[in-house]
Order: sequence, then C-alpha cells, then structure tokens
Amino acid sequence: MSAKTDVKAYRGFFTVTLICLFVLYAPLIVVTVYSFNDSLSITVWQGVSLRWYADVFTGVESAKFKTAAFNSFSIALIAATVSTLIAIASATALVRAGRFRLRLPSMGLIMLPIMVPEIVLAVATLIFFNSIGFTRGYLTILVAHISFCIPFAFLPIQARMQGIEDTYEQAAMDLYASRAQAFRRVLLPLMVPGIISGFLLAFIVSLDDFIITNFVKGAGVETLPTAIFGSVKQGIKPNIMAISTMLLAVSVIFVAVSYLAAKWDNTKSHLKTDPAR
Amino acid sequence: MTDSSTPAVDIENAAKRYGDFTAIKSMSLSIRDNEFFTLLGPSGCGKTTLLRMIAGFEDVTEGAIFLFGSEIEQLPPNKRPVNTVFQNYALFPHMTILENVSFGLEMQGNSRVDAHKRAGEMLELVQLSEFAQRKPAQLSGGQQQRVALARALAPSPRVLLLDEPLSALDLKLRKAMQIELKHLQRETGITFIFVTHDQEEALTMSDRIAVMSAGELQQLGEPRDVYERPRNRFVADFIGDTNLLEVAITDIADNLASCHVQGGHQIQCGASEGVSKGMTAHLSVRPERLLLSAAPAEEGSLRASVKENIFVGTDITTLLTLDGGPDLTVRTSNSARGAARVFDPGADVFVTVEAGAARLLIN
Ligand SMILES: Nc1ncnc2c1ncn2[C@@H]1O[C@H](COP(=O)(O)OP(=O)(O)OP(=O)(O)O)[C@@H](O)[C@H]1O
Ligand SMILES: [Mg+2]
Repeated sequence: MSAKTDVKAYRGFFTVTLICLFVLYAPLIVVTVYSFNDSLSITVWQGVSLRWYADVFTGVESAKFKTAAFNSFSIALIAATVSTLIAIASATALVRAGRFRLRLPSMGLIMLPIMVPEIVLAVATLIFFNSIGFTRGYLTILVAHISFCIPFAFLPIQARMQGIEDTYEQAAMDLYASRAQAFRRVLLPLMVPGIISGFLLAFIVSLDDFIITNFVKGAGVETLPTAIFGSVKQGIKPNIMAISTMLLAVSVIFVAVSYLAAKWDNTKSHLKTDPAR
Repeated sequence: MTDSSTPAVDIENAAKRYGDFTAIKSMSLSIRDNEFFTLLGPSGCGKTTLLRMIAGFEDVTEGAIFLFGSEIEQLPPNKRPVNTVFQNYALFPHMTILENVSFGLEMQGNSRVDAHKRAGEMLELVQLSEFAQRKPAQLSGGQQQRVALARALAPSPRVLLLDEPLSALDLKLRKAMQIELKHLQRETGITFIFVTHDQEEALTMSDRIAVMSAGELQQLGEPRDVYERPRNRFVADFIGDTNLLEVAITDIADNLASCHVQGGHQIQCGASEGVSKGMTAHLSVRPERLLLSAAPAEEGSLRASVKENIFVGTDITTLLTLDGGPDLTVRTSNSARGAARVFDPGADVFVTVEAGAARLLIN
C-alpha cells in the first residue's frame, strides 16, 4: 500500500487513535497502577507496595475471596467444557446436516441468549428455577452458566466449521472410514482451533458474568464478580483493585493463549479450496 | 471372484434428479475391468455427479449401479472398493503426507506399522518419499496431485475414480502426468474412470471415451472412433476442431450421398443411417483432412478464396470462404511438404475433401 492512500495519511488519524486508546484503556491503567498503591485511600498515591495483593490472600476478606475464586473458576471450567461439547454437537448438526426444515429456527434458538437482554434472561432463569423448586446455590449458577455460554462457544466453532470443505469427510469415507471415524480423525482435528477459541470465550464469559449469577445464586454462594460487588457496596478498598488487576491478568493470558492457538493451527491456509463440484 | 467379462461398473438406466432439475438423464453404460475409461463433457454436464453416484456420495434417483455384478445402492462410500482422486485433492491438511497416504490402509484395519510401510512404498512410486513428513500445504500443486493419487491407490481399490485431477496443473506438468497416469493404470491393472473436459486429454489417455452433454450420454467408443465417426453435431464439434456445413441431400446412390452446399458446391460422402434424399443435414469435415491446391483435383474440388493464415506452431490454419458459400478452416502441417499447400490471403484456391473424411450428421 502506498503511503498516500494509507489510512495513516488521513488527517486526524493520530488524534483519533489516541482518543480511542485513552477511552479504552485509561480506567484499566488507573486500576492497575493504584492496585500497587501503598495507601488506604484509593486516590492518594503513597508509593509502590504489594500490600493489597497480600491483603487479598491474607486479609479479613481473604476467606471470602478464596471461596469465591474457587466457585468462579470451577464453574467457568465446567460450564465452558459442557457448553463447548454442546456447541460442537450443534455446529456439526447445523453445518453438516445439509438443509433441513428447522435449521434456521435451530440456529436462532442457539443464538438467542446473546440477543436477549441479560436482565431478562436472569429474571427468566430465576423464575424457572423457582417454579421447578430447584434450590438456589452452586448448582443453579452452574446450570445457568452452561446455558448462556453455549452461543459463545458455538460462534467460533461454527465459523471454523463453515471454512472446512465437506470433501475432507467424503475423502475420509471414501478411504473406508466410518462416519464416526471420519468425524474423529478428520473433522474434529480440523475444528480444534475453533473449539479452543470457543472454549476460551465461554470460560471468560462465565468467569465475568454478574447479572445472571447475582439472580440465581443462593444466599452465601458467591462468585468473584458478586463477591467484589458485595465488597464495593461497603466502599471501595484498594484490595478490590488488586483483585481486579489479577482478573485482568487472567483475561490477558486467555486472549494470548487464544491467539497462540490460532497461530498453532497446523493446517495453514489450505482449508479454503474450490468446491469439487 | 468375478470373471473378467463382468463389467467393473455397470450403470443401468441410472438417473439423478435434484428436485426439479435432472443432472443425469436415464443413462446406461458399462465400464470394463482394467479399462482406462474417460467421461468427457463440458462444464456442468454431470460428470462429477455421475462419479459421486459411483463413489456413493449421491443417491441414485432411478435405476441402478452395479460394481462387479453386485448392486451397490445400499453400500455406504466406505464399504465400496472404490477410491476417488478429488477435483481439489482434499488432502487432509492436518496430517503429514505419509499419514494421508496410510489413512485408507489404517481404516481398512491394517496396523499402523504395516500401513506406514505400504504408504512409504506408494510414495516411492510417485517419487515423493522425501516429502513424507511434510504437510500438504507445503507441497506444490503437482506434488499434491501425486499424493492424492498415492492415497487413493494405496488401499488397492478395484476401481479408481479421478475427477479432473490434472486441471490445476500447467501444460507441461499435465502432459507428464498424463503419461504417468496411463503408465500407472497399465501397471496396476486397476479400472480407471477419469473425468475431464479436455478432449485432447481424453483422446490421448483413454481406452474408451463416453462423451456427455447435459446429463446425457452422446457417444461411447474408442478415441479414434469418437474422433473419426462422431454420431452427432455435438460430438463432432466438442471433440477436436471441425467444419460443420449445412447441406441438402440431393441424391443417394450406392450408399453415397450427394450433398449440396450453399454456393452451388457438391460434396460426395458416405450416407449414414437415416439419411434420405431431400433432407437437410450437417457435414463434418476435420480441418486436417482438407487439402488446398492451385488447380482442381480430379476427384472434384471446391472453389474458394483464402481469407487468412494463422500460424499455430506445428500447423498453419487457413481460413477460407467457399465461393458464394460458408467459411472453412483448413489445417496444413508446418513443414516443407505442407508449405506447398499454403497460399497467400486473397488467393483463389481449390479445396479437396480427403476420401472418406466427410461425415454426414443428421442431428
Ligand atoms: N447438490 C446439487 N443440487 C442441485 N444441482 C446440482 C447439485 N450438484 C450439482 N448440480 C447440478 O448438476 C449439474 C451437473 O453438475 P456436475 O458437478 O456433475 O458437473 P460437471 O460435469 O462435473 O462440471 P465441471 O466440469 O464444471 O466440474 C450442474 O448443472 C449442477 O448445477
Ligand atoms: Mg466436476
């Protein structure tokens, strides 16, 4: 691309870039920097220290945070795993089963949790659990998370699958593989980058969820977001910033892993070929 | 075991419809064992569809397909002793070349060690041993094509289906692969069903050719047969270059038809079946079977004038117009002998049709 037509040549490019970066990252930077503040106040800088990180693990609230972290991570792990499995099955059905009558409605149903306002979903889930007499607690959070994670896991898997020609499976079956073998030996390995990406997305979405969790959790069962919210209601202490920074770090790591997973894709750009017919 | 007279593939009144659209109209043809059989036809005529019906990827709407005498409609693709070289190769991108080639063998129940051993031999056969550990994306088009071939041949199928396997290759490589393929077919004795829309490729490689158009079989025969005795205008026009002249039959005597060409020209040719006096038909004459001369030949020549000479390397193509009639194309070999038969544009010449070269087509 020549320098003249390059987007960088547009007037104001630099300013707009700076504004965008500032709006996006200023709050995160403030939280991260002040989490290292050696002060009881959240606004007055008194030098660098790790005392609030220590406080998270040993302070008065540490027991509460540890349980919440365990709940959050175990729920995210299970919910992401289960929803990814469901998403693999649905993507296979919707992309590979040809045209069937309920294909579009099925797609819509799977995507619905993304479209519906989360508060509506939260209320609906709560009412549902109440009406079937399901005691609120860890399990209700888990079930709710599995259900709303499905579309997030589904999207990358489906996108990946659409890029895989069905001639690969046909070639496998032509070479004496049964349907199941063709799926396991050919389709599944080709889907792996989509699966990893879907899993990570579902994991992050589950880890991060507040509204639905807050509605369906039982008394005494907290995840990190609800625990943090509980603490903040009594005033923001710097230990909240330390926790937030750690959550931020987890997210960054996940994004990085997801990026590496895409790079690791051992099939290169060979997936898109002309259809055989 | 079946005896050698049982056809490898027997297609009986097989038809394929997609909703209202008929991709293959009721078609019957027999492919012999050990044959290099070619399906030839223009794009969209149903070649791939027919191949996929044999492989088991498409249902047969009507009729039946037999493989060595047994009906295969109920057999899924993985139960048919048929392998395919796909149009886009469809090499498994996540597997190495060796894993690709041994895939079929493993699926057949061979141990991994045995499968890899045999796959190694196949790679040697197609001269790709040194690439065994690469991924398909790291090979050139021609190399991928050979891997696809090795992969399909490794499980020793009884019939090999090849869907335009050479279409992605450049001319030189394609010629080399044509010879290699033909060789391989002779050596292995496997029945090859080869799909192409390149008539030259079909003529050079096949034992027999089935010419298709719009889902219908137009003609089935040996290359020479199809080229020299096309059954209808489509075949004459599709295979090789030809002059198609509209003619009126003025007389039939001794199985010879006198054909009247616009401009008052007369051409004699063998009367084919169904020709009768007074009807109009088409005459097909290959350009290389027309001779130009300055003076009329004694068998009777047509007067014409030269419009243009086109140099095509091995030949010189001359465009000319029959006096008061249609245009003709004549091909003369680019040699000292041929040079005597090439005339400058504007020259008045005589055209002679070689004996037996004209073919009368009624549809
Ligand atoms: N799944 C399908 N649904 C409807 N029509 C189809 C389908 N598959 C193929 N066809 C039609 O059937 C006809 C034959 O297709 P086919 O792929 O067999 O052609 P082909 O001879 O292999 O052409 P090419 O040389 O371009 O590969 C085409 O008109 C095509 O549009
Ligand atoms: Mg085709």
